[in-house]
Amino acid sequence: MKSIVLFFIGSVVFSLQGLSQADVQKKLQKQLILAEAGAVIELPEGVFEFTNTLSLEEKKKITIRGKGMNKTKLSFKGQTDGAEGIRVSNCDDIILEGFSVQDAKGDAIKTMHVNNITFRDVKTEWTGTPGPQNGGYGFYPVQCDGVMIDQCEAMGASDAGIYVGQSKNIVVKNSKAYYNVAGIEIENSIHAEVFNNEAYQNTGGVLVFDLPDLVQKKGGDVNVHDNNIHDNNFPNFAPKGNIVASVPTGTGILILAAKGVNIFKNKIINNQSVSTGIISYFTTGKPIKDKLYDPYPSAISIYDNQFERQVGRPVSADPLGMLVSKRFKENTPHIIYDGIKNKALLDANGNWTAGNCISIVNNTNQSIVNLDASNLFKDMAIVPNEMFNCTNK
Amino acid sequence: MVRIFSIGLLFVILINSSFKTNKPTYPENLSEWGIFEGKMSQLVPKKDLVPYALNTPLYSDYSEKSRFIRLPKGAKVDYKAQGVLDFPTGTLIVKNFYYSADQRSLGKEIEVMETRLLIHESDGWKAMTYVWNEDQSDAVLEIAGDQKQVKFINPQGIAQEVRYVVPNQNQCKGCHNSNDKMMPIGPSVAQMNGDYKYSSGKQNQIDYWKTHGILKSVPNGNLPKAAVWNDPSTGDLNARARAYLEINCAHCHRSDGPAQTSGLYLTAHETNPTALGINKTPVAAGNGSGGNLYDIVPGDANASILLYRMKTKAPGERMPELGRNLVHEEGVALIQQWINEMKNK
Repeated sequence: MKSIVLFFIGSVVFSLQGLSQADVQKKLQKQLILAEAGAVIELPEGVFEFTNTLSLEEKKKITIRGKGMNKTKLSFKGQTDGAEGIRVSNCDDIILEGFSVQDAKGDAIKTMHVNNITFRDVKTEWTGTPGPQNGGYGFYPVQCDGVMIDQCEAMGASDAGIYVGQSKNIVVKNSKAYYNVAGIEIENSIHAEVFNNEAYQNTGGVLVFDLPDLVQKKGGDVNVHDNNIHDNNFPNFAPKGNIVASVPTGTGILILAAKGVNIFKNKIINNQSVSTGIISYFTTGKPIKDKLYDPYPSAISIYDNQFERQVGRPVSADPLGMLVSKRFKENTPHIIYDGIKNKALLDANGNWTAGNCISIVNNTNQSIVNLDASNLFKDMAIVPNEMFNCTNK
Repeated sequence: MVRIFSIGLLFVILINSSFKTNKPTYPENLSEWGIFEGKMSQLVPKKDLVPYALNTPLYSDYSEKSRFIRLPKGAKVDYKAQGVLDFPTGTLIVKNFYYSADQRSLGKEIEVMETRLLIHESDGWKAMTYVWNEDQSDAVLEIAGDQKQVKFINPQGIAQEVRYVVPNQNQCKGCHNSNDKMMPIGPSVAQMNGDYKYSSGKQNQIDYWKTHGILKSVPNGNLPKAAVWNDPSTGDLNARARAYLEINCAHCHRSDGPAQTSGLYLTAHETNPTALGINKTPVAAGNGSGGNLYDIVPGDANASILLYRMKTKAPGERMPELGRNLVHEEGVALIQQWINEMKNK
């Protein structure tokens, strides 16, 4: 095996010349295992094939840097072992930049228990026609503190392209997500800023979810602003059983049981079923057994957004889409609310107590339907905007 | 005991000047550890190592395993009713993975694949894997993992071939992990409460450890005992299924394990039905759901994600994530029966 490793001050150039693909795997993995704090592992331009997960474990201050997302490609098309392309766990201050991860058998890049993980100029993709055979998540930081996703791209994930779960202190910006089931998803996470992104041609553009039975119970302080969320009408291709399989095709933004969510200054255009949905976990029809779980959305603020849609009925074939389509046809409102409120947050007159209301004000082309889901949609109707004119301040 | 490792210069160039720790480097060759008596590949431990077995072991692609433990001279271990025993610093745990050419006559013509060591250093457990060479004369430390084809005849007389995968050092911690710290998985009182054929004769392992002064403060009376997954005389269906799930899944699927993000906890002592997967929706299963809605559907194993993931061979879907290329048919049958006979309460 010809292996020339060049050491520079502060960086290790990963030389792959003349190596077989199996040797490339072994050599890079070895470097990841032996890397010391401060190391920069440089990946050259080219396509490199891997059969097993590349993993980084219990490290501090490591950078893995390629020549750019379109120049350095790590392909897992022939992967035989491991449940993700790249896995980073139990680390501090990790930077991944300048490469793409293709066709991982499970998730593309999973990072767990990392303090300060940065993804910059990284692309995760499943090549070919999007389908349920694709891996679940593209970017998959979970239980991390300090997540920065900047100038990244995610394509083809059968769950979420950019997913941040059970994490804290998150920024997702200047990134693109397309041809995923969910473009960007923030789940059970606290303090997230999602801005200047483009989410398009997914089933759903941006999701903010709180789900039961998880370690980090509750999300909050999630700000989604200045994003371009358009044309998310790609037919849902999530494998059955996954929560995103119930996202209606044609969804711009979906808030599920989340609290403390602010949606503002977004362009929410041509999402042909649900421009923005606000629903409780009950509306998913799934059982709830987690006693500590709050299934209701509350403290939501939606303002200064621009809603537009092409003329036509909702495109979704799922129950929620069909329901509104049947009733409202071409006049389906942009904002769909299931109307299920947490009674503990209401006063004697049935109004929201301070700080808990669902506020929808000052949006271009604002229109709202209350599904009245708790009464089997009996009083489903378009409701006056004034009913959502409140403040959480 | 002679500690063989030396404090040496690391292979890697130290980039950060603040780097101070002196990490021990471990021997290149397994032979340097002084573990084996006589011809190494016969896997006979020296006298200062105690061989042991678990009631229900982890399935690893139908490989056979032998395990030894070496405690520091004079050291004793405190009895502990639940969980892996707290072995003192200096403890060495050895696990050999091998295949008999014909598993109808176990132990004859074996091919040793790898030997894994767990060493309890002052700063915690360290794992390393030695991969055996072609002529079976020694094994070499391999931090980046390896794979090789192996052929054997299974107990039913059917020829099998498997791509045996040796994990890399990071993957060791994918399983040997409790609160992000490296930990042994197997040697608990419950798992060792069973007979072993010592060179001195057959004896209960806990008795042996007690009489040889290895285990102290052992209470009188019945001690915890893990069922043997494939021996109905050791426990009912539920006990055997839970013992199987505990050793094969719960190293990750526990509240302090790497799969805690899933909320699926498969320890033998888990009492929350949802955490155990009963009518629980998956969190990040992706195509691992196999098109099913719940982890366990009581009475319907074929609609249960848990069974699907045991039955699939697809990487990214199969469970456990590591160390399984072949489906454990007998394990699948056990869990299938357990789910099918489960009542929906």
